[in-house]
Parts: sequence; structure tokens; C-alpha cells
Amino acid sequence: MPAHDVLIIGAGLAGQRAALAAAEAGATVAILSKVHPVRSHSVAAAGGINAAINPADDWRSHAYDTVKGSDFLGDQDAIEVMCSEAPEEVLHLEHIGVTFHRNETGHLDLRAFGGASMKRTAYVADITGQAILHVLYEQLMKHHETVDRYEEWFVTSLVQSEDGTCIGAVARDIRTGTMENFTAKNVILASGGAGQCFKPTTNGLICTGDGIAQAYRIGAPLMDMEMIQYHPTTLVENGFLITEGARGEGAHLLNAAGERFMEKYAPNKMELASRDVVSRAEQTEINEGRGVGVNGEGIYLDITVVPKKRVHEALREIVNIGKDFAGVDITAEPIMIRPGQHYIMGGVKTDIWGRVPGVEGLYAAGEVACVSVHGGNRLGANSLLDTLIFGRRAGEDAAKRAAGMTMPEVPDSRLNEDVAEIDSIIAREKTGRRISEIKDELGTELNQHVAVFREEEGLQQSREVVKRLKEEAKTAYIDDRGTVFNQDVLGAIELGYMLDCAECIVEAAIERKESRGAQFRTDYPERNDEEWLKHIDLTLNGDGPTVSYSEVTFTQWQPEERKY
Amino acid sequence: MAAIADSDQGPETKGAMQEFTLRIRRFNPETGEAPYWDEHTIELEPHRSVLEGLLQAKGRFDGSIGIRCSCKAAICGSCGVRINGQPGLACHTHLDKAAASSQTGDGVIVVEPMGNMPVIKDLIVDMDAVHWKKIARVTPWLINKEPVPEREYVVDRESMVDVTQAMACIQCGACVSDCLSMEVDPSFIGPAALAKAYRFVGDPRDDQQFERLKDLAEDPAGIYDCTHCFKCIEACPKGVAPMNQIMRLRRRAGNDHGIVDRNNGARHESAFGTLVKQGGLLHEAELLPRSYGGDSWFGKFAPPAGLELIDSLPVITRALLRRKVTPKAALFPHKLAKADLQNVQRIFEAIEEKEDRHELNLYITGYDEEPAAGGEHSQAAPEQGQPGIEPEDSPTR
Repeated sequence: MPAHDVLIIGAGLAGQRAALAAAEAGATVAILSKVHPVRSHSVAAAGGINAAINPADDWRSHAYDTVKGSDFLGDQDAIEVMCSEAPEEVLHLEHIGVTFHRNETGHLDLRAFGGASMKRTAYVADITGQAILHVLYEQLMKHHETVDRYEEWFVTSLVQSEDGTCIGAVARDIRTGTMENFTAKNVILASGGAGQCFKPTTNGLICTGDGIAQAYRIGAPLMDMEMIQYHPTTLVENGFLITEGARGEGAHLLNAAGERFMEKYAPNKMELASRDVVSRAEQTEINEGRGVGVNGEGIYLDITVVPKKRVHEALREIVNIGKDFAGVDITAEPIMIRPGQHYIMGGVKTDIWGRVPGVEGLYAAGEVACVSVHGGNRLGANSLLDTLIFGRRAGEDAAKRAAGMTMPEVPDSRLNEDVAEIDSIIAREKTGRRISEIKDELGTELNQHVAVFREEEGLQQSREVVKRLKEEAKTAYIDDRGTVFNQDVLGAIELGYMLDCAECIVEAAIERKESRGAQFRTDYPERNDEEWLKHIDLTLNGDGPTVSYSEVTFTQWQPEERKY
Repeated sequence: MAAIADSDQGPETKGAMQEFTLRIRRFNPETGEAPYWDEHTIELEPHRSVLEGLLQAKGRFDGSIGIRCSCKAAICGSCGVRINGQPGLACHTHLDKAAASSQTGDGVIVVEPMGNMPVIKDLIVDMDAVHWKKIARVTPWLINKEPVPEREYVVDRESMVDVTQAMACIQCGACVSDCLSMEVDPSFIGPAALAKAYRFVGDPRDDQQFERLKDLAEDPAGIYDCTHCFKCIEACPKGVAPMNQIMRLRRRAGNDHGIVDRNNGARHESAFGTLVKQGGLLHEAELLPRSYGGDSWFGKFAPPAGLELIDSLPVITRALLRRKVTPKAALFPHKLAKADLQNVQRIFEAIEEKEDRHELNLYITGYDEEPAAGGEHSQAAPEQGQPGIEPEDSPTR
């Protein structure tokens, strides 16, 4: 039975960074992921990573932009940590081999990004996430003696001791179907977001909220779950992401009349206002009949205003996406986009070291977590930063905590239950619905009522739908009866994770009766600091979530009207 | 994982739904039975991908179809397969194009697991056993130039854009799948791992460029084991053009570092260039002795050349008997009209007079860059619509 000081679940940027940090601090480390690490969804982060590297910049400016971007819901102590440590982290990445693009003097080049008061986004063309992820994996290969990799292992449960401390996880080797107990002094969840609850989404099929649900099921609090980011530029064709880097390089947004409509909504920052603002502006244009395309459901993103040579050098990925997936040459004509589900600001509540309050031994970092540095709305190019800063901090702190501990004893009870559960799913009669149908209905429902604009009636409908789908999921059947790469049975488990996440997302969206950041309630269109300048926390109680509130941490910046 | 498939695909925006038939090569290691073909008819708009077709089949008809996938947008590199015999990403191939390139006569889209790697189940292959093992072979991490600066390494702007082409590799394995050299010699380090190697050799922050090149040149399974078949360039969905990266490793090893390897790779390339420059066309019979004995007329008298000639006698005899070569063609070089010969030699002069070697890279040149003003030597841009296929200067120069 594998036993480690630190067990990391998920091998995207947060997980790999945590593994390297914990190993460097002297801990024995295992990193476990349901996909090969380089398939993790961090790979899709395109635009870049924010850091106040330019000597003329100041991390406080970055922090203020982040606070403002969060619509003052972000915790300022955490934001200060993230922004002040950002330059050092980016330089560390540079030193281990990330091929950040340079300016004419050979120093790190920085590009403009949404909601930022100056250029502070370091980048590798428009494959920044991929470049960093692959370089971290290079480091994992280099440190193969100190970090054990469990690639293509699927976690079914977190394991607790009698006093509630997290002491490991149960996981299934996808390749063989073997179930195993993983013992650990500390567990770091780094398993990403829950975008698959929505359809369409820019998120990969693997983003099924596993870690959020696993933590929730053992009593960890979830926070800011109502805050779902809709990215302003996703392809109308299929929901694929077009990087914010395009607008950072100067691209325009145009409505059917050919107007740069952002003038009306954000006269100063125009296309580079924060994402919630731009997405709302686009959706308003579409709803009011000024959209483009056959059904008027799109907006034009005009990249032709960016010099061709620059597009090929810095935005090549979206040249390919335009060509391959929409049949559009973005250097010659505008491309049709619209807001699309992209990111969840909420997640497993943690402190600034990634520790989950109330569950000793459990950490979370990256999209699965809510520190909360993003509050109501995440700035572009802050997600990579979040994963790396808090991944590292969680790894360091977990290693430190492990140093004085003895290895816990993990009973087989949880393992046996999970084995039985999987057997029972495989044995189900083909009388219920198909897993894929339930998933589709969930995604379509949430995308309709828990999207850019929300209101009570739609949210209540979503709540009922999710409740019904949870029931239906209990009898949903699968086809694969095998053990080797039985993706079907894992899909059934993932569906359960997604439904737990969806339930919490809807619950929190119903609870927050105001408009802040990504939560825009047409029935409560104003921000209401008096009543709602607070986090919504959800904890599992019996079969569903219980709501409580926690304070937002303020340090230097008081709430003010938010204008771009 | 992508365990749950989609059973339909969002709003219809382009074209009406059409039926497509997928013929999937299935294999279940648990039954002890041989691989078999499984057909499903799916309904999607023609611009949707083969992956979406597979996911529909999986979602609606048979959840046991095994395929790795996640991003659906050619970024994560999970869904490498063969479609109608061609390696690539399932998410990166449109259904209408796949149906048009069908070899079955009735438009059926044939989907098989990638080659050169053992199949685990259905379309899932064991990449650890081949691909990742080879990646590990090339010391795949940066070995820092010391001292590591306090801030970033200050390096040439173009150098980072340049290695981006190799960094763009998503490790999907499509190039490994159909590498002909690897099929013949499974120990060949292969296109993906060698492209990865270029990412370090081309990185000015790496301290071991010479050592890396020496290692890869001396290894019989290294850079000179590639036969320029272009398969990997065709296969690569990301324009990494692995073979080009291998050729760049050779130029760095042979030309820049003067590494003369025990595989006679560097000498072979040099002899190839010399012969073409002198005669306008390759003189095949002269190539082998020069590759082994040295790049001059006297090369054939050097002992290693003699030994290799004796070694090759059975092959030469067979070639003569089958009229692949005639004694005349073997002894006398091909004749080229004088004007043609001069044209060939002018190409050599034009290239050799340049101070810097011109390396093409899509991240630098794009597809259709307007010709630089007054630059009569500027390279012709690659044809549009052929991502990753760049005209190389003679691969053996």
C-alpha cells in the first residue's frame, strides 16, 4: 500500500508545483492523476501569467486590479500574497526552462490583459499554460526519484480518520481496475474545476469537479460557488476558447452595426475591461438584437487590426483554431464569438497556505480551491498564477506538517465500500437513463439559467432539475462491464461529482440576492455591500448543502464603485 | 479521462446534420479474443470532428468504446488515433473530410489505434512503453547555464520564438505512430523525443548543447537514424515538423559543432552535398565510399570505405542483378546540361554566401508573410494550408 508524506491529487499546474515544492522541502511525495499529467486542463490556458515584473510596476497595483476585478469579494490578504510573490514565481519558472517570449532587449516581454492597469502578463505565444505545464513535467521527470507518479489513477474517495483528519485516498488504477488505499500524512487536492457541469464550456471533458465534490463529501466547506466565469470570447461554432491575448494584442469587439460597443459599457478599458463586464456587454448586445450571425447570437472579434506578423508569432494557436474549427482566417476576417462558461471562482475553502478549515491534513490549490483571490470575478492570466503560488505554498506547508508526524493507519473500510459501489454500478440493470443523457441535460440546464444573467425563477427551476437528475443518476446504467480502462464506470462516478457541484452552484446563486462580479441577478441588479459583502459557504448536511457566511478580509482597499 | 461522452453537440450553426459511419477497431484484452471491427452510424454536422462522432457513438450506443480525450480542441494531445490509415488527432479531423478520404469505397471512416505502440484497449495505446520512454532518453529538462541570474536570463528575442515551435508539441504521439524508421528500428529515439531535444539544444539557457548533440549524434538510434520520409511532418497536428527539428539538430551537430560521429552521419551528409554541388545530381556509387572514407575522391581508398564496400557486396550484387543499377551508372556520374548545372551551383552559392543560416519557423514567418521589401533572397513562404510543411534547405547539406 503506497504511503507518502504528501499525496497530491491532480497533476496540472497546481499539483505539479505542489509536488516539486514538497519534494524540495524533503517530503516523500506521490502525485496521482486520472490523466497523464500533460493532458491536465492547465494545458489549455493560453494567454499568460500576471506578475509585476516591470520595474515601473508595483505588486500593489496588480493586487488592486485583482481586488477590483473580484468586485471586492476577494480576500485581500490572499491577494497580497499572490501578487507580491508573483514576480519571484515567474522568474523561478523562467529559470527551470519556460520559454517566455522576450522583448527587443532580451528581457521578459509583457502583454496587455483584461482588467490590468498596465502590461504585466508574461507569455509563451498563446500556449503559455502548455509551455509551463510541460516544463513542470520535465522537472517531475528530472526528480523522478523523489516524486512518485501515479498516472491514470482515479480517486473515488478521500479517507478520514475517526477524528475527521484526512489521511489518504482510495483510487483506482484505470489501466488495470485495481483499487488501492493511498496513505498520506497530508492530501493536497489539485484536481481542477467543474466546467463540465455546463454545456458548452471551454473546459475539457476531464473537468468534472472531482476534488470539489470529494472534499465536500467529507465535510469541507465550499465557498463562492455561485461565481462562475463566462469568458467573453468563445467560438460560436463549438464553445472553444479564443484567448484574451487577442484583445490584449489589440483586437476589437464589434456588433452587427460594426460598432465597438464596449464604448458604452467600459469607455476607459474598452475590450480590456474585466471579463464579467465584457461578457455582460456582449450578452446585452445579443439580447437586444445587435448580435451577428444567422440567429444573431454572436459578436465579431476582429483580429485583423493586429499586424499579421504579430498574430503569427503571438497568437498562432488561435490562427489554427479559427482555420480548423470555424473555417475562418482570423488574419483576414473577423470571427464570431460569444460568452461561454470558462472558470469557477469558487471551490474548496482554504487559507493562504492552502489548508482547508475544519479538515486537518487536507489542502487544496488551483481551480479546485477558493482562497479566495478571485472573489466575484477572476482576471485573465491570474489563474496560472493562482495555481502556482498556492500550489507551491500548499506543498511547502504540507511538507512541514508531515515532518513531525507518524504515518497514519488507514483502515480498509472506505476501500471496501468503494469497491462495492463500483461493482454495483457495473451490475446495474439497463432500465434507467444513460449517463450521457443526464450529463447533457445538466449542462444545458445550467447554461440556460445559471449563466451571464440569472433570476430567481430560472434558478429555482435549475434547483429542481438538479434534484431530479441526482435521483436519476442513482439508477443510470453503463455498458462497460470490464476492468481495463472502464471509462464508463468512472463516468458514472464523475456524474455524481458534477451533480454535487451543480447543486452547490445553484444553491449559492439562489442565496446571493444581489449582483456582484459574475453573479448578475436581473431581479437584484445592484451590488449591495451592506448585506452581501460576504462569502457564501456551503457544507454538506445530510443530502444537501447548508448555507453559512464568512467575512471578506480587507487590508488596504475599501469597496468603491467599479468602473472600467 | 473523458469518461462521459456527449450525445449531442450544442446549437446547430453550420450545415445540416448528416449521417456518418465509423468503423472502429476494437480490442478488449480481457476476453482473449482478437481485435475486431465495430460499426456505428452517427449523426452530426459535417464540420464536427471525428472525436465528436466517436463520443456520440460512445454516449448513445456503446459506453465501452475506449478512447482517451479531454479538450476536444487539439491542445491536450490525448486523442491520437489513425483515421483512414493516417495518424492524427480525432478532434482535429472533420467528419466530412474524413469521409472524403475514406478508402473503403463507401465513405466509411475507419478509426484505429496509433501504430508503433502496444494497444491497451480499443483506441488506447501504451504511450509509456514507447513514447515517454523515448522522451526520457533525451535528458528532457533544462541544464542551466551557470551562474543562474538573479532575474531572467537575457537572451535573444528570436531564440525564444524559435524554440516555441518545438515547445508547441503536445505529446500526442501521432508522429511516433507512423515513423518508418522506428518501425524498422524500434530503438530509434524518434521524431517526438528528438524534437524535444531540439527544444533544449536551441535554448540559449542550456549549458550542455554540445554534450546533448554529441550524445544524439553518436547514438546509432539518434539523429542520423532518421530517413527523411516526412511522415512525422505530415502527421503532426501542431506544425512542430519533427523531422525539421531533427535536421536542425544535425546542422548544429555537424556544421556548428563539427561533431563527426561514429555512425558516419555527418560525413554522409557532407558527401551528399559535395556530390550534388559538383555534378548537379547525386552520384550514388560515390556516396557510400565517401560517407565511410571521407568526403573526397580519395575517400574510397580509405580502409573503412573498403570494409563497408565488402560488407555491401551482396546488396550491390543483388542491385546489379535486378537492374537497380547498371555498371555504367555506378562508375560514371549523371550528366547534367551545363546551364542546369550552373543553376544548381548558384543555389549553393546563394545559400553559402549568407552569414546566418536561414531556419524557417512558422512562429517567425507565418504562412503568408508578404515578401520583405527588396529581399530577393527571402525564402518563399510555405504553401498555405499545409501547416508544418516548410521547405527545408537540402536536408543533407
